[in-house]
Amino acid sequence: MKKSLFGVAIAASLALTATAAFADTLADVKARGHLLCGVSEGTAGFETPDANNEWSGIDVDYCRAIAAAIFNDAKAVRFVTSNSTVRWQQLGSREVDVLARTSTWTMTRDTTLGLTFVAPIYYDGQGFMVHKETGIKSALELGGATLCIEAGTTTELNAADYFAANNLEYNPVTFVTQDEAYKAYEEGRCDAFTTDRSALAGNRLLLAVPDDHVLLPEVISKEPLSSVVRQGDDLWFKIARWVFNAQLEAEELGVSSANVDEMLASENPGVRRLLGVEGDFGTPLGLTKDWAYQVIKLVGNYAEIFDRNVGAGSPIGLERGVNALWKDGGIQYAPPIR
Amino acid sequence: MTDTSYQYVRHTEAPKLPPPGRSTGIIHWLRSNLFSSVSNTILTIVTVIFLSWLLPLLYNFLIGRAVFTGTMDDCRVETFGACWVFITGRASFMFYGFYPMTEYWRPNTVFILGLLLVIPLLMPKAPFKLANLIAFFVVYPIIAVTLLIGGVFGLEHVPTEKWGGLMLTLVLSVVGVVGSFPIGILLALGRRSNMPIIKTICILTIELWRAVPLITVLFMASVMLPLFVPSGFTVDKVIRAMIGITIFYGAYMAETIRGGLQAMPRGQFEAASALGLNYWKSMIFIILPQALKYVIPGIVGTFISLVKDTSLVSIIGMFDLLNAINAAGSDAAWASPTKSFTGYAFAIGIFFVLCFSLSRYAKYMENRLNTGHKR
Repeated sequence: MKKSLFGVAIAASLALTATAAFADTLADVKARGHLLCGVSEGTAGFETPDANNEWSGIDVDYCRAIAAAIFNDAKAVRFVTSNSTVRWQQLGSREVDVLARTSTWTMTRDTTLGLTFVAPIYYDGQGFMVHKETGIKSALELGGATLCIEAGTTTELNAADYFAANNLEYNPVTFVTQDEAYKAYEEGRCDAFTTDRSALAGNRLLLAVPDDHVLLPEVISKEPLSSVVRQGDDLWFKIARWVFNAQLEAEELGVSSANVDEMLASENPGVRRLLGVEGDFGTPLGLTKDWAYQVIKLVGNYAEIFDRNVGAGSPIGLERGVNALWKDGGIQYAPPIR
Repeated sequence: MTDTSYQYVRHTEAPKLPPPGRSTGIIHWLRSNLFSSVSNTILTIVTVIFLSWLLPLLYNFLIGRAVFTGTMDDCRVETFGACWVFITGRASFMFYGFYPMTEYWRPNTVFILGLLLVIPLLMPKAPFKLANLIAFFVVYPIIAVTLLIGGVFGLEHVPTEKWGGLMLTLVLSVVGVVGSFPIGILLALGRRSNMPIIKTICILTIELWRAVPLITVLFMASVMLPLFVPSGFTVDKVIRAMIGITIFYGAYMAETIRGGLQAMPRGQFEAASALGLNYWKSMIFIILPQALKYVIPGIVGTFISLVKDTSLVSIIGMFDLLNAINAAGSDAAWASPTKSFTGYAFAIGIFFVLCFSLSRYAKYMENRLNTGHKR
């Protein structure tokens, strides 16, 4: 994900305005009657218009979950699109309340833009795709290979770092647009194609015979794709974080949108706390007692969201990988609700 | 007198012979149009070679190898052909964006009503011009806004960020064309005014708006403006874009029209004054009708570029036709090797129809108004 100088300059100047203004985002959202959610113009699996011309995707479901927690209505969201240059300004100018648009959490962004990154909704990383017939099983076998890359992104730098670190030779071929790059790869001008793994999986379908191509297991960069809120409104930040945590917790406890009503009668104290049967975890956030129940009932737990948007239940078909829960060997982990 | 000195006298007219083969028929046409000189012959040959290379490619892509029916799986093949299934399957998004599917009758009604009002307005011979003008410029916008946005008379409220696709492109184009024309006329007249304040204001406005790129105007309108106004006070994003486009093109229009005003002979102004007409009457009845006629090509050029430039709103996150076509294919379910190329071909087709009909109508009006000074 690249970032232009123009964007940084504007965003830095906005940082002042954004933090200086008195911020009570939750009150604003409640008064307005709907959440404003910043998304990209279309990224397969993350935010894209579906067959009914409604937004769908993993980021979209995250925003719907916040709306469900606040309004008991997953549809009380308006989606505001932006290209990657103006996304930060949208938060500063209060055009959106939360940004969920495949933004990589980096230290510079977190500390200089007047924004706060909330939670990695999806841990992405750069990977490689190769023609199956080459029989290549690992990126370490790519020595001397020709690599198709989209120009002007950090992808290019990550690849250079990786090959240098592993003492491998390679020939990069860069393309201005994604379509061109895929076409060249497909025609055999390159042995491998590299970009973020979620995009590789989604765009494998842009190739004529998707099954002739395989993703290599190596992940050569860290791309935690996170939601973002304005800096300086701690309550709103906590709502954005705990809505996501509740979805992780629900998966861990086996609560899904299908069984959430039965689970209300569960004896498991963890489930009872999550669903608001026991204790009140909503009021400190300015929400109702059953906020997490609404999130799970109306949107679902993390596993459901992952599965229907990018996982086995979608054409993209990504494995959970590092996005599995901690107890399944992944790194998605929510602090306990108690 | 006798005619004995003549050997032969013809009494009937000789039968007409056909003209020589070289000056008639297809050969003559070819010679005079395509091979009339060495340079033309070279150009013709180059063009033929180019077309014989291009046309088969286009035919194969658009028709020959294209997939017209079936599912997206039929498009995932190695042959490079257009995937029209993608267009037909996602047409609703390309035409209406996120507009609720059950409410499509509303933009449809607005569109058809608009056509019904515009077509007689554009036909010089159609009757009831005044009523038609009032209907289109006063009544129609009210009906259109009510229908498209709703929220009254039991119509579901559809916020403008749900507008998209061809619908948004047409709305922006029509508002831009209808709005920028009067702004252009006023600015052009103001710039030639003798009143120093008005003149200065008009010059500053025109020069300022012409000095910045439209992209910057749109960025300012969408990103910076909300920072300057107090929190809680918001102007709709689509309206901001409309205002930006309208004023921007108003400034260009002003300079085009000023060109026409400058081409007017001084005698016309003096004649109008001599008749005792005041400023507005002389402008409306004498000067503008002639001046505008001079610059029809320039005006239409500006309109056409306005229609095409509505695509720029995609950079501020609005789904105009082009952006909607892109977004429609972003879902993995619609992925296929040629869907982007097919989408672009479709966009080219629609923009061509829009802009070409504008330019043909202008040509027609130009010929009709050509009363004596063909230029």
